[in-house]
Amino acid sequence: METVTTSEGPDLIRFEEVSKVYPLPAGDVVALDRVSLTVRNGEFIAIMGPSGSGKTTLLNLIGCLDVPTSGRLMISGRDVAELSDDELTYLRRDTIGFIFQQFNLIPLLSVLENVEYPLILKCKDRSACGLRPNEVLKAAGLDDERLYTNRPNELSGGQQQRVAIARALVNDPDLLLCDEPTGNLDQRTGQGIMELLSRMNREGKTIIMVTHDLGIAEYASRQVRIVDGRIQEDSG
Amino acid sequence: MSRTFFDIARRNLQRNLFRSLLAVVGIVIGVLAISSLGILGNSLTLSVTEQLSTVGDSLTVIPHTGTGAQFGGGMTQEKITERQVQDLRRIAAPDPVIPLYSTADRIDVGSQRGVVSIYALDPDDLQYLVEADQGILLRGNSGVLAGSQVADQFDLKVGSQVWFGDGSTERVVGILKERGLGFDIQPDLALIVPIRWYEDREDPEGYDQVIIKVGNLERVEAIQDGIDERFNRRETVLDSYSSTEILSSIETVFAQISTFTTAIGGISLVVAGISILNVMMMSVTERTREIGILRSIGTLRSEIRQMFIYEALMLGLIGSVLGGLLSFGAGYLISLLVLQTTQYLFHPSSLSSIALGMGFGIVTALLSGLYPAWKASNLNPIEALRHE
Repeated sequence: METVTTSEGPDLIRFEEVSKVYPLPAGDVVALDRVSLTVRNGEFIAIMGPSGSGKTTLLNLIGCLDVPTSGRLMISGRDVAELSDDELTYLRRDTIGFIFQQFNLIPLLSVLENVEYPLILKCKDRSACGLRPNEVLKAAGLDDERLYTNRPNELSGGQQQRVAIARALVNDPDLLLCDEPTGNLDQRTGQGIMELLSRMNREGKTIIMVTHDLGIAEYASRQVRIVDGRIQEDSG
Repeated sequence: MSRTFFDIARRNLQRNLFRSLLAVVGIVIGVLAISSLGILGNSLTLSVTEQLSTVGDSLTVIPHTGTGAQFGGGMTQEKITERQVQDLRRIAAPDPVIPLYSTADRIDVGSQRGVVSIYALDPDDLQYLVEADQGILLRGNSGVLAGSQVADQFDLKVGSQVWFGDGSTERVVGILKERGLGFDIQPDLALIVPIRWYEDREDPEGYDQVIIKVGNLERVEAIQDGIDERFNRRETVLDSYSSTEILSSIETVFAQISTFTTAIGGISLVVAGISILNVMMMSVTERTREIGILRSIGTLRSEIRQMFIYEALMLGLIGSVLGGLLSFGAGYLISLLVLQTTQYLFHPSSLSSIALGMGFGIVTALLSGLYPAWKASNLNPIEALRHE
């Protein structure tokens, strides 16, 4: 429980009896059923569960891509239900870094431009805020600067995921959200990515990661298991 | 920041180069159609009004020939009396009032014979209507002036002898400068004889026409009102036409033709707009996932909209500039083919047709981009991310 001791401040994320219901013609689908969960600063959490269990819904809610049907969800002390679409966007841009299974880099932009993009969204004048894209790319383990002008599809899967991690880090967010970050990588490359994420966690980032791979989940300090929209097991 | 969106928009157009080019070609054709038809309409209007407007401003007064006259009805007359001319002089003063006879006669010149229009005018009034190219204007009670086209036709020179239908003869004292089409008289196509010479021979009942040269344009209406007040209170006796009135109605007709041809050009622009809409909707569908990524990492709805509007604007701008440049060529060709002259191509109103076409091109592209941009910005980021 060493992570708990480092966080004396407010909880980063707090779910209070949060439900998410998707209305469908065949009947409502309850994706999350009165979930309560607290995430403190600096934690590394693996969310696990079978497909359809609601773990992606949980991640979407934390990522401010969706809002709860009922219950209260606080992120960085703000109730997401009270935020406008633009305010949710700002929250995503400034405090959350996304890392996807499919890497999801912008094919039209070069490696460096992909990393710069969130920075440009946040700061109209690039020098004014955020981190230096080159340094973040190096920190993410992409040392070869010759690759920086390439398009993402010219890189290997592992390299692309490192670019995606650099992009997630460039605005210096509090929280990294990872959806199956190693799902499209071979085991050795996956391990490299997990070691990078662990290092980011040690340097202070809170990480929430969805995975169904037990080996990957072991990198996390807390495991949460979801079944049928309810938390069945929480090691924290 | 907008530079990045601009770059993304530009690169997306380059990624689908062929499709983008087709959309641009649509705009080019639309702009080309509007501009070159506009240039044609303008050149047409300019060339006609230029031919017509050389006279300056004049009021033409002629007897009202209503249907009543043909059935011998009432007061309707076919000539203008000396008393009416005196009244007209009072109404128009100090502007000159020029009564004239207009007729036609057979003439013989050397071995050539033909029929020409003849105007009989007071030599003192000639200065208001015509200029001599060779020789002099009429003096006294003899001699004849030849209009430029009549002179060409009968090979007349100063001193040539003209035989009239009744066997009398006069010498040409002057050849007139070409004056072009007019609303009052057509001297190019006529001979002009002294008024007293004509009255002595024909003893006419009254004048056929009176021309009032109005010095100050603002007085045209007042004089017309005066004529109506004096002559036409109970029934119309004299009709008066002002050249500006006729000119402006001709200009109206040509402006309508111009608008019509521009509207035809506009149809092709609508088609271009639809093709841009189509291209952009395809782009939105294909890029759904990309839009989801951009939204998830913190791009605002308004910024997504901006990106797509840039795309539409770029298509419109490139198409309009190309179309504008090509319209010079097209306008040149059309003017040459239809009007046999290209002198009006660089006239401000022709250039404004090109500006109009380009403006419409850009606006059309922008309008066509609005819906796709709105559609893209309103995609649900979660569903967009799931899109394959």
